[in-house]
This record gives sequence, structure tokens and C-alpha cells, in this order.
Amino acid sequence: MVAIPSRHKSLVLLAGVIVLQVLMLAVQIKRDSEGRLIRVWTVGAVSPFERAGSYGFGWIRDIWRHYFALQNTTKESEQIRRENDALKLQITQLQGKAAEADRLAALLNFRQSQASVPMIGARVIGTGAGTASLTIQLDRGERDGIRKNMGVITPDGVVGKVVEAYPNASQVLLLTDKESGVGAMLADSRVQGPVGGLGEPLLVMKYVPNDDTVNLGERVITSGMDRIFPRDLPVGTVSEIKPGNQFKQIRVKPAANLERLEEVLVLLSLRSLEMKNEENTGDPQPPPPGAPNPPRAAKR
Amino acid sequence: MNEAFDIRGESHIEVHKFRTGAIIIATLLALVIQASFPIHFAKTAVLDLPLLVTIYFGLSRRNPSTGLLLGMVVGLLQDSLSGPKVPLGLYGIAKTIIGYLASSIGARLDTEHPAARFALTATFFVAHQGLIVLTRRILLSQPEPWFSMHLVGAALANALVAVFLFLLLDRLRKN
Repeated sequence: MVAIPSRHKSLVLLAGVIVLQVLMLAVQIKRDSEGRLIRVWTVGAVSPFERAGSYGFGWIRDIWRHYFALQNTTKESEQIRRENDALKLQITQLQGKAAEADRLAALLNFRQSQASVPMIGARVIGTGAGTASLTIQLDRGERDGIRKNMGVITPDGVVGKVVEAYPNASQVLLLTDKESGVGAMLADSRVQGPVGGLGEPLLVMKYVPNDDTVNLGERVITSGMDRIFPRDLPVGTVSEIKPGNQFKQIRVKPAANLERLEEVLVLLSLRSLEMKNEENTGDPQPPPPGAPNPPRAAKR
Repeated sequence: MNEAFDIRGESHIEVHKFRTGAIIIATLLALVIQASFPIHFAKTAVLDLPLLVTIYFGLSRRNPSTGLLLGMVVGLLQDSLSGPKVPLGLYGIAKTIIGYLASSIGARLDTEHPAARFALTATFFVAHQGLIVLTRRILLSQPEPWFSMHLVGAALANALVAVFLFLLLDRLRKN
């Protein structure tokens, strides 16, 4: 048996570890279906810390915004501020609470206006740990009725879809990710075409023929054809139009602020949406690239 | 005596030891911050704290086997937290190699000076991104650009943060 020189042991270990991970990658590519157990364990173990971290950072951010960031201003009125310090601090705290209450009230109003569509509010507690995919993590999961492929929205518009549901948390693929997609149409001309992400802040609307008229600033809404989102939800507004070889190159600014999400709504019932689509059967449209197969109805 | 000395060739390079649990706690903290911070401060998404921690402990411990194993664990945890669209092993492979390189270089050079740390971190960051692009192109058939100005900016930002972060992590060393 050939002995490995000690100075080469680490090199052999490196090669072994790399080969092992490459094999692991290969296995995943072959069986790209359900989530892996290591993901469930890792997310289960880390999500409580993320949750705590999220609240902690929120507290630090509020202190920063409401105290330190105002230092220059307060120097000019230091005398007055001394007299009113306690009162201002109290007001600041109340303003923070009021802002949160406003956001939650907006969510509640939207929720009540869409009473026929079952949905659940969730707080964003984390983002993807790398830049390879654009995901966020929610503080609610399977135990709250959330399932894979459910749509996620805010009152402003479409956010993305659930790509993994864990017992107490879930991961959402944002609309701006390269593999995201939603069935959409132009609000005025009713021209349909899938909208997807590019890994950038702007989205792209595909397969709109050069002959169709599209206006800058025109609203883009969901078509309901992907069987994930109901019709007429805001997706974004047209921000750039260029003629292409056969189809226009249309860039869309998302309606929801995807870079600053704090609370979102998850559309729980897929069955009722399917029924809506059946009622509103229009021109057939191919599903957008990256769109999932029609999901199963959620258990409630 | 808390310091161990390792003789490689003719040079005497100090191998640093850390307080009990320091590496595990610092690694987990880096992962949690990486996942939580960008919600509140979107610009911080350019930072790769798990990579910085891998580089730091690789440079300090100066043991290639430990460095590559730490890189592998950190990378796989980061893969697991990056959603199902990121296959397990993407960051794992990149950070394994970076952990190995950092500890190998740390065993040959004195990497305590802030300027050396800045330069090494920037280089390792670019190499890390290059390995990810390479893995994507070869193993996953996903075309990705090799170079962008964003990469340069991100490398410099990470290197700058590393200088201060490493000073903080130095405090975890045993005296």
C-alpha cells in the first residue's frame, strides 16, 4: 500500500472534499424535486436566530434612524431639545408604532377587500444567504397552511411565490429572480405576455409582438393564467420599450418594493383561484418560463 | 504557553489558537447576520460575511486541512440557507477551496498587517466569485458573466470590512 506523504495529506483531503461536493451537485441536478433534509434541518435550526436577529436589527435600525441620524439637526436646537427630550423620544417611539400600525392596517384593509381569497399575513425574517438567488424567508410555514407554489403579494403588487415550506418558516422566490415568472397582461391594451426576472431590479415582459402598441408608464397586471395569482393584481409599470427581432423588449418596474419588504400576504387557497380562472377563460396563453405546474389545493 | 509555533521550511509562523467555541459562534453569527442584515440595509447584500470568516480563520489557523473543512461547512450551510434554487455544493466548493488557499498562504506569509489583509481578502473574494461562476458554467450549465464592475466594487467593500472585522476577531484569540 502506498503511503501518502504528510505534506500532501491536506491536498488529498481537498481533492476528496471537492469530489464529494461535485458528486452531491450531480445528484441534485438529477433529482431536482423535493427539498433536502439538510435544508430542513438548517432552516429549522437557524430560523429562530434569524427571527431574533430580525427583531434585534429592527430595533437597532429604529434607534439609528430616530436618534443618531438626527444628531446634526438636534445640535441646532439643542436647548429646545433638552427641554423636550423625553417627550420627543416618546413621540418617536409612538411614530414607529404608528408607522407599523399603518402598514398592518393597509394589509388588513387589503385582506378585507379580498375576503373571498383566503390569505395569511407573514413577516419577512431573512433573505437568501447568498447572491445566487433572490429569496426571502417568512416566519410562517406549513403549520400555518403555507404550501409550495403559493403566491405571495403585498397591497402594492405581486412579490413572488413560495418555493419551499418548512414547518415554521417558508422561502419565497422573488419576482426579480432569473427563474421567476408570472402570467401578465398590459392593463390598457390587454396584450398578454409572461413577466419574469433578470436578477436585476427591473423585470422583463416577453413575447409581445412588435405590431402591438405599448405605452411607457402603462400598468402591467396579472392575467390569472398561471393559476397562482388571481387576475388584475398589479405587477408593475412599463419603464422601457425597445423594438426587438420579432417581439418588443419591454422592461417593467415592479409595483411592490421588493428591496424593502417587511410584511407580506400569502395566497392560501389555490382551488378558488382555479375556479375563478375557469369562469374567466380567455385566450389561451402558454405558461411563463419558470412557472410551476398547477399546484395542488392548500389544506386549510 | 498559549501560542504554538510551526516550523515550515526556514520561517517561523505563529499559529493562533482561539477561545473555546469562538470559531463556531463567529461562523453561525456571520451566517445569521448575512441572512438578516440585508432586510434592513439593502446595500449590505454585497458583503459575504461567511467568506470573510472563512478567510480569517484560514489565515489564522494556518492548517490547510482545518481551513478547507471549515470552508466546506460554512459553504454548505450558506447553500442550505440560500433557497432550493441554489444546489448544495455551489458555495461549498468555492469556500472549501478558499479555506484551503487562505490557510496555505497563511502558513507561508505573515498576514497580520491590515494592508496584507485588505489585498488578500479582495483577491480571495474575486477568486471565490470566479469559482462560483466556473461551477455554474461547467456543472450547472448556467451562463454567468466572468467580470463586472460590480464585482470590483464588492471586492473592495468586502476587503475594507474585512480589515475591521479581522481586528475584532483578533480579540477572540487566546493570549
